[in-house]
Amino acid sequence: MKHEFHHLQAAHCENGVTTNLLRTIGIDNMTEPLAFGIGSGLFYVQLPFLKINNGPAIAFRTMPGLIFKRTCTSLGIPVFRKKFSSKESAKKYLDECLERGQPVGCQVGVYYLTYFPKEYRFHFNAHNMIVFGKEGDRYLISDPVMETTTSLSDYELERVRFAKGPFAPKGQIYYPKESRIITDDVMKKAIVTGIKRNVNHMIRIPGNIAGVKGIANTGRKIKKWRDKLGPKTAGLYLAQLVRMQEEIGTGGGGFRYIYAAFLQQAHKFHPADELLDISKTFTKAGDIWRNAAVQAAGIYKGRIGSQADYDVMGNYLIEISEIEKEAFKALSKIKWHS
Amino acid sequence: MKKEEIPQDDGALNKLTKEVVYAVDDSGNYTTELSTGWEVKAEALDLAWNEIDQRIANAKQKVINGEASPLLYFMELRLMDPGIVSAYTGFWKWTVKRHMKPSVFKKLPETTLKKYAEAFNVTVEELKTMNVHEA
Repeated sequence: MKHEFHHLQAAHCENGVTTNLLRTIGIDNMTEPLAFGIGSGLFYVQLPFLKINNGPAIAFRTMPGLIFKRTCTSLGIPVFRKKFSSKESAKKYLDECLERGQPVGCQVGVYYLTYFPKEYRFHFNAHNMIVFGKEGDRYLISDPVMETTTSLSDYELERVRFAKGPFAPKGQIYYPKESRIITDDVMKKAIVTGIKRNVNHMIRIPGNIAGVKGIANTGRKIKKWRDKLGPKTAGLYLAQLVRMQEEIGTGGGGFRYIYAAFLQQAHKFHPADELLDISKTFTKAGDIWRNAAVQAAGIYKGRIGSQADYDVMGNYLIEISEIEKEAFKALSKIKWHS
Repeated sequence: MKKEEIPQDDGALNKLTKEVVYAVDDSGNYTTELSTGWEVKAEALDLAWNEIDQRIANAKQKVINGEASPLLYFMELRLMDPGIVSAYTGFWKWTVKRHMKPSVFKKLPETTLKKYAEAFNVTVEELKTMNVHEA
């Protein structure tokens, strides 16, 4: 049985899944930037001691799963989420959902995701998609990073739902349990909650590995990479930084641009003019992330590579850290009651 | 970033789909646009793959030299690390590392080899000989 499902492409997978699932329960004014902002998606962390694909472990957004959870919770929408120990029960449960017309968010690994190009298939287990129907043996898939919907066979879907390794999805599915009427007032409150939480995560988090302090910290480390690691490994590390920054569709500090878009949309619900100015600041931060990526590419492609070039690279991050700190401070000062 | 500045370069993802990018229009409002890719990003990915190919080649040479068992080669070929091999096979990480010694690998029973072969998506014969024919 095929159900009416409207696929919207997004820059980032979890934003997209969240937006599309909320739209299926009638929240038509949900957008990717709103989902990202209400879910407090903007983040930065470089985890010490940990290596991913033999490079530094850096994330530019919040932990997988949280954007959906926070956005729903802030809007007062109950969430259903379930992991499975057996492949059979995972499939059975999914089929039951689809039979009653319930589109389902799925966490999957991309290594065996057949429609992805080979170059993108690493053991990355925090990709998200919606399964919205079944035709014969084929599951109908809405992958938010794709322009159109696609499909996977029984076996293909099982393999990605039960990928192993870090963040193993264990067949995890999720969806909004029931709908609520979202008035402008509810949306307004959710937006404020999302912004306040993001302020805390970026400028009030203790330690110097996360938030704006984490960005500056990485910047200072980069300046030492050339001597400490040698040009080859330093280049690989920078390439990894760019790849983490440039997840699919988030090109050039893209998460910062999405956040800037969120603040513009927030302004429609909450006409505090500061929001528009701060939006511009995030655009600026995104632009410098972009410049930093270009500088990094110059180094890892061997066009440049002196210590001065590494210093420029590190200083970009230190500058970004300052700009984002000011932006979040300004957000923390907005008077919301009006 | 302004809408006109959105890069439209070639990238690996372009074979599959264009990506959504957020940028500002002439009046400063955010909007989305499709992009075919960005050179900077494509180069980072290329570099990562060159490194992987190098690691695979090194692993193969080590196996040929008798310094490691084929498990090392297949681990690299499948972009895994001992932790991921352990997750797919159910063996402890230190067991996986031990099985990477040629002398230990030679004595492994068929059932153990089968588990590895399954995890690497090859046959037991291919696992032993490193002869894989893939499209």
